[in-house]
Amino acid sequence: MATLPIDIAHLLAGGLVLMSFLMIYQDRLSALLDVFTAHAVVLAASVAWQAHLQGDTFHLYLTALIALAFKGAVIPMALARIVRRLGIHREVETVVGTVPTMLAGIGLAALSIVLMMRLTAGADPLAREDLAFALTVVLLGLLMMVTRRNAVSQVVGFMSLENGLILAAAGARGMPLVVEIAVAFSILIAFIVIGVFLFRIRERFDTVDLAALDEVRGDRA
Amino acid sequence: MGLILSLLVQGVQMALVVALAPVLTGVVRKVKARLTRRRGAPVLQPWRDILKLLRKEAIVADSASWVFRAAPYVIFAATWVAAALVPTFATNLQFSWSADLIAIVALLGLARFALALAGMDVGTAFGGLGASREMLFATVAEPAMLLITFTLALAAGSSQLSTIAGAMAGPEMGLRVSLGMALVALTLVALAENGRIPVDNPATHLELTMVHEAMVLEYSGRHLAMIELAASLKLLLSLSLIGCVFFPWGIAAPGDGVTTHLTAAALYLAKIALGGTALAIFETAVAKMRVFRVPDFLGIALMLGLLGTLLLFVSRGL
Amino acid sequence: MPPVDAAALIAGALLALGPAALAFGGPARGAIHAAATLLCLLAAGTGGAALLTGTTTTLTLPIGLPWLGARLALDPLAAVFVLLLGLGGAAASLSSIGYYRHDPAPLRSLPFQPPFLGAMLAVLLAADAFSFLMAWEVMSLLSWALVMVDHRDAATRQAGFVYLVMAAFGTLALLLAFGLMAGPAGGYGFDAIRALPPAPLTVAAILGLMLLGAGSKAGLVPLHVWLPLAHPAAPSPVSALMSGVMTKVAVYAFLRVAFDLMPPAPWWAGSAVIVLGAGSAVLGILLAVVEADMKRALACSTIENIGVIFAATGLALAFRSGGMPALAALALSAALFHALNHMAMKSLLFLGAGAVLHATGTRMLDRMGGLIHRMPATAALMLLGVTAIAALPPLNGFASEWLVFQAVLASPALPQSALQMLVPAAGGLLALAAALAAAAFVRLYGVAFLGRPRTPEAAAAPEADRATLAAMGALALLCLGAGLLPGLVLDLIAPAARQLTGAALPAQAHQPWLTLIPVSAARGTYNGLLVGLFVALSAGLAAGVIHRTASRRLRRAPAWDCGFPQSLPDSQYGAGSFAQPIRRVLGRTLLNARETVHMPPPGDPSAARLTVTAADPAWAALYAPLGRGVNATAAYANRFQALSIRRYLSLVFGSLVLLLLGLALWG
Repeated sequence: MATLPIDIAHLLAGGLVLMSFLMIYQDRLSALLDVFTAHAVVLAASVAWQAHLQGDTFHLYLTALIALAFKGAVIPMALARIVRRLGIHREVETVVGTVPTMLAGIGLAALSIVLMMRLTAGADPLAREDLAFALTVVLLGLLMMVTRRNAVSQVVGFMSLENGLILAAAGARGMPLVVEIAVAFSILIAFIVIGVFLFRIRERFDTVDLAALDEVRGDRA
Repeated sequence: MGLILSLLVQGVQMALVVALAPVLTGVVRKVKARLTRRRGAPVLQPWRDILKLLRKEAIVADSASWVFRAAPYVIFAATWVAAALVPTFATNLQFSWSADLIAIVALLGLARFALALAGMDVGTAFGGLGASREMLFATVAEPAMLLITFTLALAAGSSQLSTIAGAMAGPEMGLRVSLGMALVALTLVALAENGRIPVDNPATHLELTMVHEAMVLEYSGRHLAMIELAASLKLLLSLSLIGCVFFPWGIAAPGDGVTTHLTAAALYLAKIALGGTALAIFETAVAKMRVFRVPDFLGIALMLGLLGTLLLFVSRGL
Repeated sequence: MPPVDAAALIAGALLALGPAALAFGGPARGAIHAAATLLCLLAAGTGGAALLTGTTTTLTLPIGLPWLGARLALDPLAAVFVLLLGLGGAAASLSSIGYYRHDPAPLRSLPFQPPFLGAMLAVLLAADAFSFLMAWEVMSLLSWALVMVDHRDAATRQAGFVYLVMAAFGTLALLLAFGLMAGPAGGYGFDAIRALPPAPLTVAAILGLMLLGAGSKAGLVPLHVWLPLAHPAAPSPVSALMSGVMTKVAVYAFLRVAFDLMPPAPWWAGSAVIVLGAGSAVLGILLAVVEADMKRALACSTIENIGVIFAATGLALAFRSGGMPALAALALSAALFHALNHMAMKSLLFLGAGAVLHATGTRMLDRMGGLIHRMPATAALMLLGVTAIAALPPLNGFASEWLVFQAVLASPALPQSALQMLVPAAGGLLALAAALAAAAFVRLYGVAFLGRPRTPEAAAAPEADRATLAAMGALALLCLGAGLLPGLVLDLIAPAARQLTGAALPAQAHQPWLTLIPVSAARGTYNGLLVGLFVALSAGLAAGVIHRTASRRLRRAPAWDCGFPQSLPDSQYGAGSFAQPIRRVLGRTLLNARETVHMPPPGDPSAARLTVTAADPAWAALYAPLGRGVNATAAYANRFQALSIRRYLSLVFGSLVLLLLGLALWG
């Protein structure tokens, strides 16, 4: 079967979209972190498969490894520790209900598919498909950040967004390694800053609900 | 020769599904019992129950009308016709063109409609409760099932089940994320449609969350036997459907010889046994959910069906 | 006699029956409905004959605009709807013969009902804008008079008021649409409009206005609010006519303009119609699920079916703009077929509801129950009706919904990827509507006809009169026939599909076993006859074998009910309790449904109360602000009522100068 490699790439990228949807569906933080781990693992597998398809691209394998190590292990574990220490692992905090969010997510998926099909009419089919899926993942990550109140789930949403970017980059052949490492580090730094920030919020306000921050805004009447 | 064979296949299948359905129920019960370290009733026990019920006198409530007495036969007939049109071991069913997948779903809808009306007929609180909840589940399950049908029909270019099975077995289908989603969604819908554990518990009576059992509470004798047989048939139909669409390997195509048909039949039995075992393991592992969680559960199936249809256009764009 | 002459004569005769009802008294007056029944059957025959020959005949009458005359035409599209009107009108009129006998004030409906039929027929025959709008307005006013029959009831008066406002609004939209179509040259004849196709954007504007005008009469969301008020307020045969036939006349108006008079519209116009249709289907049937009034629930279900018809029409528009006539014909045939089917089943259900209303004196579902024991014939026919409208095989509702789904499955052929994704999503909504319809009609039938009677009136309900039963029986036969032999109906309406789209479905009558094959045998087939036969045979076989070989003994006993039988009939599931799960899951967001429990404080022996509220979102979102706006404007304009003469004169003078200025600048 000649199309099998492409089929597997398609399956992995589609799996990433599915994981994004599962993240939106979760309403408990611990379950959310589990799905996020799976998200990162699927991403790593997808990037590694792309590396395999594209031939000897060492840095793609490296990207996959970084994704697996950091997003699949270190960050979820650290976040899980934070969540446990804050004692908020059962918390359910959404601004909008699950079902409308899911419907919005499906709408976003349709939008990105329509958009990518139109924009990349002449491109390599595999890259095209990857781009469509990647845009979906990015938009879903944004959607998650918009519809969650909890700082931890916003961090997770942000990182799933970033996973989408990596998927897009892996599909477009030959992204320089420097860019990836820079992105990975910036994410790490962002994560550390947010982590520190979380504890500060918690110390001050006894909650990680970001709405609490609004109350100290100066321009409020 | 071809006509005789396909007529034969159709006839064999009609008899086969009826004969096999209670056995499948027995297998599921047996595996569940073994998993919970019980010995369990023999695999043929459901058949014995049905035969015993058939010989018994039927008791009908004073307030029941003819709808109550006619419904079991309609439920059984609609389910049987639907089950007879799902390819089990061969796709060359003589009458497969008389209904496509949409019509098969609608036939199950007819059975459910009759069952819900029968539940309302005696005029007890339990009957209405079961009917009302069953219709709620159907409200989410049916569109999900139709979206799955859309996914399959758009992927295979036909809503005809034998054509879909043929296309799925063909080499050009390949792996598609849409089909994976459709499989998960179909499994969720099948669990709900058959009243299996996360949605309803087939083993309980007198539990406040019950759905199917609440509707058939007033039935006895031959009427109950018909309904039980129809419920078994529906389970077999769901497993056959999943088998013929997503695991169509070894299914006999039109033009195949008698030996191919025989091996296909053996393979089908193996598939069904495997599916039943998987169902039993799943049911042992998960807990039943609250009634108002079920629409969320089925909502996932609905969403997966819709997403599968949308993502199909990505693959189609290739 | 050419068909159009016959149809025009029938329309004239029906219109003349109204004054005749006033002129004659006694038995002659009682025969008015019988005459209307005969005339409607003749109309159905005329429509059928015109369809079978597939010809177009025209006629110009020397009335109306002096330079134009009243142009009439009977082409295949009009013939489909003349057939529909004839069948629906005949059934309603036949039932009215029975209704007339126990009508407390027959003269309030008798002079209006046959002319109402005649006016609808005239709308279908009109072939110029002037006669079309004239007939449309007469139809609206006569139906308003029929809604107001029970004018002593305040709710009816309110329904009549809302209906009148919406009808006036709809006619205004139609007026503007025809004005745009006629163009600056003022070609009011349909052939003149056809000869001068307007620019694409004008086409879209005309279609938008037609959606407002025809949609408000058909009950398309969000213009549907009058429908659940007005349709049930009328006497039941008239409700059947309004829901079953008049909404279809509105559909006809939209089809006539969108497909016959206008060139293909831009693709997004089609998608707008699809979205509106699918939305109407879901919202309408959800309203029906929570509605406690039997006739209002039926009226809400009309909104759903109109939604299905419009969704299929939108698909046909999209296929037409994509240049795919065969698929457009498929979608359009589905729409026409569903229109015919809905006429049959909704008329059947409304006539049955009328019989129940007469027997029990109430429209509230929670005051019925167990009617199947007292009204066996009505109950049996109604069972067929609810099965048909719940889109279950082997009846006609399923056959047409199946065709709609086949059209949905053809959507990958569309060139726009936005449409490719929109159409399956809309298909999902239609499936949701179909599943909700099953829930709504299990509830309606189960609460009203099954179970135990909840009131003494329900326990002593008499069977319906023979005329109504005959009408219901005929409609039930139509449902069954169209369900088992959908191919023949599709062949019958094929000329209309060919006229509008330039293509038609392949002839179905020659298929083996009359199988329905919309595109090709590989794409999907359905055989209502065989499915119905198989189900009947299997059920019969099972029953026969069991009764012969196993056991046929039967014993009657009190209900078991898990060992705790409740003798109170109120312990049964009622209309509200049956709807509760769906109301909670879907109604919370879509209908803003809320439940509040009021518990008395501890020690207080008074009863706890559960209050449930659910409202049509269109009222709050659209009509309430509109009403407030109108009131505010009226309050402002009120100041002009008490001015001095000098100020009035200055107002008149000012407007005159302004108009002259306008003339000088742009004239």
